[in-house]
Amino acid sequence: MNTVTATHAYQPKPIALNDAGWVRFGLIGTTLTIIGLFLILPLATVLIEAFSKGWTAYSDSLTHPDTLAAIRLTLLTAAVTVPLTTFFGICAAWAIARFEFRGKSLLITLIDLPFSVSPVIAGLIYVLVFGAQGWLGPWLSEYDLKIIFAVPGIILATLFVTFPFVARELIPLMQEMGHEEEEAALSLGASGWQTFFKVTLPNIKWGLLYGVLLCNARAMGEFGAVSVVSGHIRGLTNTLPLHVEITYNEYDFVGSFASASLLAGLAVVTLIVKTYLEWRQKQDRKAA
Amino acid sequence: MSITLNHISKRFGNFAALDNINLEIPEGELVALLGPSGCGKTTLLRIIAGLEQADRGQVLLNGSDVTDQPVKNRQIGFVFQHYALFRHMTVFDNIAFGLRVKSRKERPSEAKIQEKVHALLNLVQLDWLADRFPDQLSGGQRQRIALARALAVEPSVLLLDEPFGALDASVRKDLRLWLRHLHHELNVTSIFVTHDQEEAMEVASQIVVLNHGKIEQKGSPSEIYDSPNNDFVSRFIGHTNVFQLEQGDSVWLAGAGISINDPKGIIAHVRPHNIQVEKPQDPANAPVYLKDWQHLGAIIRLELSKDGTNGKATTIFAEMPNEQFRELALNKGDRVSLHIKHAHWFN
Repeated sequence: MNTVTATHAYQPKPIALNDAGWVRFGLIGTTLTIIGLFLILPLATVLIEAFSKGWTAYSDSLTHPDTLAAIRLTLLTAAVTVPLTTFFGICAAWAIARFEFRGKSLLITLIDLPFSVSPVIAGLIYVLVFGAQGWLGPWLSEYDLKIIFAVPGIILATLFVTFPFVARELIPLMQEMGHEEEEAALSLGASGWQTFFKVTLPNIKWGLLYGVLLCNARAMGEFGAVSVVSGHIRGLTNTLPLHVEITYNEYDFVGSFASASLLAGLAVVTLIVKTYLEWRQKQDRKAA
Repeated sequence: MSITLNHISKRFGNFAALDNINLEIPEGELVALLGPSGCGKTTLLRIIAGLEQADRGQVLLNGSDVTDQPVKNRQIGFVFQHYALFRHMTVFDNIAFGLRVKSRKERPSEAKIQEKVHALLNLVQLDWLADRFPDQLSGGQRQRIALARALAVEPSVLLLDEPFGALDASVRKDLRLWLRHLHHELNVTSIFVTHDQEEAMEVASQIVVLNHGKIEQKGSPSEIYDSPNNDFVSRFIGHTNVFQLEQGDSVWLAGAGISINDPKGIIAHVRPHNIQVEKPQDPANAPVYLKDWQHLGAIIRLELSKDGTNGKATTIFAEMPNEQFRELALNKGDRVSLHIKHAHWFN
């Protein structure tokens, strides 16, 4: 396979596919203009606005107790949801790629559900179930358990939204991998756990990290679902994206954009790591 | 270790992959499970290994029932069709895997593992590849590493699924011979699956012919070749001419040296090398002529055409050594007479 790809890379493009110069430059130009207008410019605006009153104002608003609380809550949410989603993703991908069972395609569809449901609806579902007027509301208040307008609600809503990320990434990967290597490990006397950690995991690790990364970005950046269940209690149930909105609505532009700059930074880091992971995955696949 | 299979059956949905298989394999044999694709041979191998569970029946290794034992407790070595080498590990780590996953009590020291892996690499004559990754190896090298890896845990039974299936013709020839020699050296009971009758004949000491999930015949290569049990085995092993005999055929059969009173409904199988082609004494009455021939190296395959009793021509293949063909000095279209040296009769 190596040699095939290698020779393929050196093949010149068929002449029929060589478009005229103006078509090429026109397409590239349009794309760059759109990217500039809709991606680069807003990102630049975030930074310009954040620093519009100087470095001190920027650092002051970031170290404000409410902002710090929002950062903490965002990190906590990610720290809880990402491992859970990862665990679920591996379980689901394993079940789907390794076993034949009734309702398998239904399960795949259900895993995709959060992708097709508006995040606001996701939040609302939890309000209807756990809220004061919801199904479990009376029972919860009897035991003094707070889910809606509290941290558990935020985590639940984020879980719902990030549910498919790891599973979706791993299912095709594990299906493509087949199970011969795992059977080989078992035939050589390895236990199920040894097989997983020594054979399966190394083979899916780049795809897994890729899924985890996207899941993390979503968990930290989620707005809609979290907004519905959070209640926007300053310093308590505000995540970073919610904090951006609140400060903006209060005309605290520096505070708002300073928080936004953190999220933008997260996006840039995510993008860089994502590119690296994609590259590694391609290397691995080439080797296989 | 001897292998006994009792009444093994396995279905996939409505498809009966294996139907009441009974088989006894004595210790030290090198057995080929031979059959066309979809005959259940790989499923049977996987059931012996414990990678698949039979619906009914028992698997006994050395007389003890292992039907419900998982793979890891069966002391088998399995070589997969596509080798299934761990792609993220070096050749060395691949072979050492079986030793390193042993429980702390049984695990040999790292020095012992080193020694053992190098001994195995020497056995498969690939010691210089220890630090390579599987994707840097050729197909034949991967095959031998997969074998070394399976042998590392000192299995009592070696199971190979289409071991030469994915290799070039020339590499395949070398590896067949090598596997046979290796088996002589190690003398571990081995079963391999193949759809290639030539391969089975060349490598195995015993052949089990499977078709539609049933055993058609079991025996040594010469038994299978020389006295096939039935129509299927005879057709599957080697080339054969199939004659659906009719009433009028007794005349030309008598001419070819075989007397049979009522040939109707009988099928005769004749191997091409069992047909002797001669110049006819009475060319005008000879029912067969030479249509074409192919040069197969040491032998020549003659394509003969026989005028049928109902007006339809039958093609008959005969084989003879090169020199003999030259001596006969036949041309296309020449009439010939046939002498059938040996035939198998089936109803």
